Amino acid sequence: MSAPLLQLKQVTRRFGGLVAVNQLDLELRAGEVLGLLGPNGSGKTTAMNLISGALPCSAGQIHFLGQEISQFKSHQIARLGVARTFQLVRVLGGMSGLENVEAGLAFRPHGLHGAAARQRAQALLERVGLGDQADTPAGDLTYIDQKRLELARALALEPRLLLLDEWLAGLNPTELQQGITLIRSLREEGLTIMLVEHVMEAVHALCTRCVVMNAGIKIADGPTREVLADPHVIKAYLGEDDSDETAAEVVHA
Amino acid sequence: MSRRELLGWGLGLVALLGLALLPRWIEGDYVLSLLISVLMYSVLATAWALFSGPTRYISLATVAFFGVGAYCTAVLGEVLPWAGVLAVALVVGVVMALIVGLATLRLSGVYFVIFSFGLAELTKQLFTWYEVNITKDIGRYVFVDVTQQDIYWQLLALLALVLGLRALINRTRLGLALRVIGEDETVAVHVGINTTVVKVLLFALSAAFITVAGAIMAPRWTYIDPSIAFAPTISFQTLIMALLGGPGALLGPVLGAVPLVLLFEYLSASFPNHFSILLGLVFMVIVYLVPNGLVGLLRRKGGGR
Repeated sequence: MSAPLLQLKQVTRRFGGLVAVNQLDLELRAGEVLGLLGPNGSGKTTAMNLISGALPCSAGQIHFLGQEISQFKSHQIARLGVARTFQLVRVLGGMSGLENVEAGLAFRPHGLHGAAARQRAQALLERVGLGDQADTPAGDLTYIDQKRLELARALALEPRLLLLDEWLAGLNPTELQQGITLIRSLREEGLTIMLVEHVMEAVHALCTRCVVMNAGIKIADGPTREVLADPHVIKAYLGEDDSDETAAEVVHA
Repeated sequence: MSRRELLGWGLGLVALLGLALLPRWIEGDYVLSLLISVLMYSVLATAWALFSGPTRYISLATVAFFGVGAYCTAVLGEVLPWAGVLAVALVVGVVMALIVGLATLRLSGVYFVIFSFGLAELTKQLFTWYEVNITKDIGRYVFVDVTQQDIYWQLLALLALVLGLRALINRTRLGLALRVIGEDETVAVHVGINTTVVKVLLFALSAAFITVAGAIMAPRWTYIDPSIAFAPTISFQTLIMALLGGPGALLGPVLGAVPLVLLFEYLSASFPNHFSILLGLVFMVIVYLVPNGLVGLLRRKGGGR
């Protein structure tokens, strides 16, 4: 088998006395869609922040495309081909939809600027369903449209790895289906994706593999259906004494 | 380049030419000196907004660079040719800004504001200490063979340069990077912008113009000491003029500088004993009534963005 696209070795992040991510080992191969699951506060977003360089590791190493990136700054990691969205959606509120995407196009290697960038940005907006919002200030967009815009900006970087932090949270059922379809189309193009997600429907529909964290530690790693049936995982989500019925609901949701 | 941009550059050139010829028709030194003040603050506010407008890092260090520029002239004015003095001021301003920028632009928000104010005070105190303990003379006379008209033309050239540069930067990726940083620095780094390099570069560029403006202005005073060259009101007035006009727009700072220089001139002539109080009132009124600047107000009235 080929070398993994992304590899975390014993990655640890401490905040004072709290160990948010504890000796996490994780491998991600090109083309995989990995779900990173776990209860609130289990360290999923922190793990994502470590990969994107938003936070430095306290210990351990991260390799991307065979290169150690643990000491890299976020802008270097972004240029290597890691793009992300944020748990609390971050758009450039005072700039138009088109300019938001242009920001993603301009600073990657072989970046685009000017007319070529506008054309490509418009195409990306249409891809995420925002074709008619190019001139709207991003701050005036609805929540779902801001999330779409964030995804278009991430795709503008032409990433090798896309990190989605609860990108499907807070959507109504119709929007959720649209979102799942959109991400599935990215997967079909061969994009490698890691998503932190609580929406089980999306996890089942999209993820080939899941990693579950609890209190900073990886407690399960394997094919989605097996992992979600794992008693340790069910215990982490629901506590010890829950009936089998509730557990089954989670698994088959 | 679009037709609209060409028109802008054309109008700019005509305005520059007109302003350059203006001293020919001006009678008396008072009007000329008033125009010099207008130009000086137009340069300072535009240079300030070059960095602070898009990034929204509020700097109160304007006078630190301005005063250092003035001292370049005071110290070197009789030793070097005039162009040499300005070149030294430029280099000193850039070096100082690079050092300060690398040390402080990691600070964000209010911490940067406080630091920049502290820098201005520190620079003033260092100069005072040097003059008191080393030269044993707090003041200096500025003897340079530069007329009022020369000052006017040099400031005008400087204003044209800083406006032209800002217009060019707005067209480039650097301009986009600055706006993204101003909107959200976390997003900026995650789309691949090296924010430290961009911020330090622009801070140095802005400081270069401010320092040279200080060097050009020094001969006008004939006598300077640290409390004149490093007067904090210069930083505050620059800030409020840029805010009044709208620091995000190219001509915003000039739009703010013109009326306020005239107003401050009127106030200081008519109420010399109460000027500081009135200055404070003007600051508050501006922040209350035009929080988005005159440019923002005009755009809203015009119905467009």
